[in-house]
Amino acid sequence: MEVRVENLRKSYGKVEALRDVSLSFVDGGLTAILGPSGCGKTTLLRCIAGFLEPDEGAIYFGRDNVTGLPPQKRGTAMVFQNYALWPHMSVFDNVAYGLRLQGVPRDKIRQRVVEVLEMVEMMVAPDILERKPTALSGGQQQRIALARALVVQPKVLLLDEPLSNLDAKVRQRLRVEVRRLQRRVGITTIYVTHDQEEALSMADQVVVMDSGIVRQIGTPEEIYRSPTTAFVAEFLGVTNVLAGRVAADGRGVVVGGVTVPGGVEGVLPGGEVTAVFKADAVYLLEDGQAPPVPDAILFQGDLVEVFFVGSTYRHYIAVGGEMLLVDCPRRVGQPRVTIAVPKNELRIYGGAAARREVRES
Amino acid sequence: MRTVQIVRIILIVSAAFIIFGPLSSLVIWSVAEKWYWPHLLPQQVGWFYWAKVLEGRMLEALQAGLLIAVVVTALSLLFTVPLGYVLARFDVPFKALVLLIFLLPQAFPQLPVFANATVYLYRWNMGAKVSGVILIQMVGALVYAVWTMTAVFKSIPASLEEAAINLGASRIRTFCDVSLPLAIPGIIASGLLVLLYSLDEFTGTLLVGSPFVLTLPVFMYNASQGYELPVASITALLLMIPGIVLLLVMERYLKAEYLSSFGRI
Repeated sequence: MEVRVENLRKSYGKVEALRDVSLSFVDGGLTAILGPSGCGKTTLLRCIAGFLEPDEGAIYFGRDNVTGLPPQKRGTAMVFQNYALWPHMSVFDNVAYGLRLQGVPRDKIRQRVVEVLEMVEMMVAPDILERKPTALSGGQQQRIALARALVVQPKVLLLDEPLSNLDAKVRQRLRVEVRRLQRRVGITTIYVTHDQEEALSMADQVVVMDSGIVRQIGTPEEIYRSPTTAFVAEFLGVTNVLAGRVAADGRGVVVGGVTVPGGVEGVLPGGEVTAVFKADAVYLLEDGQAPPVPDAILFQGDLVEVFFVGSTYRHYIAVGGEMLLVDCPRRVGQPRVTIAVPKNELRIYGGAAARREVRES
Repeated sequence: MRTVQIVRIILIVSAAFIIFGPLSSLVIWSVAEKWYWPHLLPQQVGWFYWAKVLEGRMLEALQAGLLIAVVVTALSLLFTVPLGYVLARFDVPFKALVLLIFLLPQAFPQLPVFANATVYLYRWNMGAKVSGVILIQMVGALVYAVWTMTAVFKSIPASLEEAAINLGASRIRTFCDVSLPLAIPGIIASGLLVLLYSLDEFTGTLLVGSPFVLTLPVFMYNASQGYELPVASITALLLMIPGIVLLLVMERYLKAEYLSSFGRI
């Protein structure tokens, strides 16, 4: 089932949650909608499910315009962040609910419930069907919720931050399993998350949203390697953001006290730009060391703090008024250091840098 | 450590005295057959008044009070379960106003409100009748019921209902399959609150019901008016029983959030 939304708009009072969102979701694939909280991703999902009515725009399932249809008639199945299993019903009754509504005969219901529970690897104990979901762990509850959604063979599977309530280990495992299941059933799936690692690792297509606008659509590789806006670049990794300006003569960009050759499309001399580079894509040099790549841009800075974070040492370095992060496999001890940024790792975008906290994964 | 223990014992004893002191006077009065000043304790104790009370009009009053309480509770729930659900789940226009209207009778002194209502109830031929008492008690009962039922339905996550709707269940089916079963502990708690309110209601019952409708609080009032202190004491003791029993039961079902959302719109 191909799912498409066109020019979707939705406001809550004065807050515009969706501003002219148009996109199509991969037929039979998994599309991740990625963005910070309040970016409109859940609103988009709820519009598709039919829980919210968009102010403008249309939603298509294949050729059918479903915009005006009530949620009951859309044939979507949703998995919620808080599992939303019914605590007063047994596991069997929870999973069987959708089939009962469809009027599937009794013996068929039992067979299909068992099948789907095997699929999500929840036929772990002979009495599992009679248990109450509240007696299960979070990861198990979410598997049951997944089974409840899949058993009705929905046209579209909607996942609203399904792994956010689970602890890290369970989350890692379920990621793999949700992806494997999705491939197996081949249902068009829309996966809302604020976790970039989750989006990148699971999705066929990633949609990055911010303040109700789609910032970029692409494969996980495209999004990660060639972010088209400073927002996307910053959201997708431990990233440094530097404010700068196009030089007065237009022949370079001044960031962090260094002039980088080349201009920025559409920005006049003196105009504001934002330079972005990833913490793990650069080199940290101690005095006298030559940069390992020929056309690196060098920033001088003062070492403020070093943290061991397991896989690497994270160095906090003050450059001008900014605090930058640099990951380096060895601990650099000396107070005055040089950051070498390979030219192709420094991305410069037009417009002022959005002041936000550095996100760490 | 020792001083802490001593302080604790003193506190417990004084708390017990504050709670049970007045009650013990009720107990003593209930068995006092002859007790004149300046004696510290009754000169003559016995079950005379208990026997008198238990065979007299008190049982009728108990019966009438229970009947009224049950009807008031049933009617309140019948009305407020759907209303509470709608107020909790939907953007009802003037929602704040609806909820405030139910608080209004509590905002003014009861006596003038009920006295005025009595005039109307007599005009509608419901004065000194059980139906009139039920109606006047509903005014107070609905306040408790509406606010608690709204809180009960608000405490059920909306996603539980959305999960059912999403799978194809209609709103009404969702209410019956998901919301109502999950609300039952809350409905029980709300019902008990209303039941207790109705059993103890005095002002309205006295004004509207007298002289033909007699409930326990009114009976107690009449008894103490006639300086029958033993009778009044026995009634008071009996009146406490349903309260204590129901509070113990309610403790299982009542969540703090049902009451803490009182007055919050």
